[in-house]
Amino acid sequence: MPTLVSHPEEVRIVSSRFGQGAAEIDRYLELGGYQSVRKAIDQGPDWIIAQMKASNLRGRGGAGFPTGMKWSFVPKQSAKPKYVLVNGDESEPGTCKDHLIFLHDPHAVIEGTIIAGLAIGAKMGFIYLRGEYRYLLKIMEKAIADAYAKGFLGKGIFGSQFDFEVVSQTGAGAYEVGEESALMESLEGKRGVPRIKPPFPAVVGLYGGPTVINNAETIATVPHIFRIGAEEYAKIGSERNGGTRLFCVSGHAARNGVYELPMGYNLKRLIYEVAGGIRDGRPLKAVVPGGSSTPVLLPNEIDIGLDFDQVGKAGSMLGSGGVVVLDDTVCMVDFALRTIAFYQHESCGWCIPCREGTDWLKKTLTRLHAGAGEMRDIDNVRYLAENMLGRTFCPLGDAAAMPTIAFVKKFRQEFEDHLDGKPCPHARHTVPELAAV
Amino acid sequence: MSATTLPAPFAPTIFSPELAARFDKLVTLYPVRRSALVPMLLYAQDEIGYLSDSAIAEIAQRIGITELDVRNVLSYYSMLRTKPAGKFNVQVCTNISCMLRGGRELLEHCERRLGIGHKQVTPDGVFSLEEVECIGACSWAPAVQVNYDFHDNLTPEAMDAVLESYRAKANE
Repeated sequence: MPTLVSHPEEVRIVSSRFGQGAAEIDRYLELGGYQSVRKAIDQGPDWIIAQMKASNLRGRGGAGFPTGMKWSFVPKQSAKPKYVLVNGDESEPGTCKDHLIFLHDPHAVIEGTIIAGLAIGAKMGFIYLRGEYRYLLKIMEKAIADAYAKGFLGKGIFGSQFDFEVVSQTGAGAYEVGEESALMESLEGKRGVPRIKPPFPAVVGLYGGPTVINNAETIATVPHIFRIGAEEYAKIGSERNGGTRLFCVSGHAARNGVYELPMGYNLKRLIYEVAGGIRDGRPLKAVVPGGSSTPVLLPNEIDIGLDFDQVGKAGSMLGSGGVVVLDDTVCMVDFALRTIAFYQHESCGWCIPCREGTDWLKKTLTRLHAGAGEMRDIDNVRYLAENMLGRTFCPLGDAAAMPTIAFVKKFRQEFEDHLDGKPCPHARHTVPELAAV
Repeated sequence: MSATTLPAPFAPTIFSPELAARFDKLVTLYPVRRSALVPMLLYAQDEIGYLSDSAIAEIAQRIGITELDVRNVLSYYSMLRTKPAGKFNVQVCTNISCMLRGGRELLEHCERRLGIGHKQVTPDGVFSLEEVECIGACSWAPAVQVNYDFHDNLTPEAMDAVLESYRAKANE
């Protein structure tokens, strides 16, 4: 079982029930669970959405779209049934927060799903976990069955006139399915190839009906907002970035783990205070602030607040909360290659710039890393990546291109050090792979 | 997209009575039968080890789509396979967070210990090995999944103990 960490500067909201046995429904109720949804039933959809807007909660999947706004886009009247879809297809390298939510607090996900359903007038919700999370699906399925047994799901939930069904399932291995339209395709039993937008899911989504799709952490946060009050929740974070979020620290920090901190918390402080600095007291070389798709930051760029706006201003993105810490032993060419190898593997192949771009980037970086590259290869890497940007239907192409551009821009010298067969000062060379190029 | 009306229970079946019953229910949970496809494929693979021709044929019939449709979908998902793996499929993550904590060395260690490479099966059929992308255990890296079980914060020595425990299970 994943180890839980803690630090005095944490503000525990979403993680407040971690390690408390809240996967059991009676324990969840003892800890104040399923009170928010009762409040939501009493107050009605307009109030729910107004509260969500006031909370300044922004999507925790990576895009940071205001959740209340997203819910308000769903038309009130619809000929087709509406749906709530919870995105637990957590696959962005560096991210493992939903893992803990499903493990420790599955009822918060169910309660958040019902509240979202009440807000938009949906009668059905789906909770989609990544295929690798089979043991978490079992926890989720038990929680759902227990909620049905108590009358919290099904016909006339909590004794009201509302009906709400929840189904959970897993995928079967595909990063791409984390993209919302690909997720809907997968849930409809198809290949996870994204759809062209518009129309957006709020208008035409799952089975053609209006659909709200939220990240699992976003949904698990919803009941807490109604527990502590929207204004109070908003106050915890920074401007236009309400509340807290789960930061997954990995890599070379001394104390890796998932920490819950207010939005806007200083990145440098997260690494050096909360996560105990760099292991063995080594120098910091770089930080990937929000999962593998976010542009790398240099040590002199990390004195910033961790919210969507401030990290954006620093030229990167808050992303999915995956803070990957790199010490001075890392070869950045190797790291760039491993990053792009992932996107090459996960590209669905529909859009040519992504399919061909990731493939050529992987080949070129493999050659560079093996010491067989030329100066123009370095420029080519950047040229290829820049020409992928904004030219694909879904963000996977950008997710591959953005970090690549930053690696070349910020560590150009290290790429040049690999030319002319010079030995890489750090990592091993994957020369056998070159045979496949 | 319209739901076809197939009789439940579906018979005859190549799956166990428990799984067949689960499938009978699964196709009714969604607004369209086809939504059950990806979960069904994974459950079928869990039971028989891989997606055999007959499993694909039955799932196609249960849902009311062609076998080609089923194959088209299953070829998209990296966890689904049409050939048997080992009884215990050792999946070593080498993506960035694991790589920084020794994931590649762990993979090499497994290759040496098991005498097999990526997507190969040991001659006794007990183990198969796979280098996989991020499995969502980044803060507890390096991490390995054996079938669906996670093993976190591994070292080569700890990995040996993990492999031994599965070898003992295989000998039971």
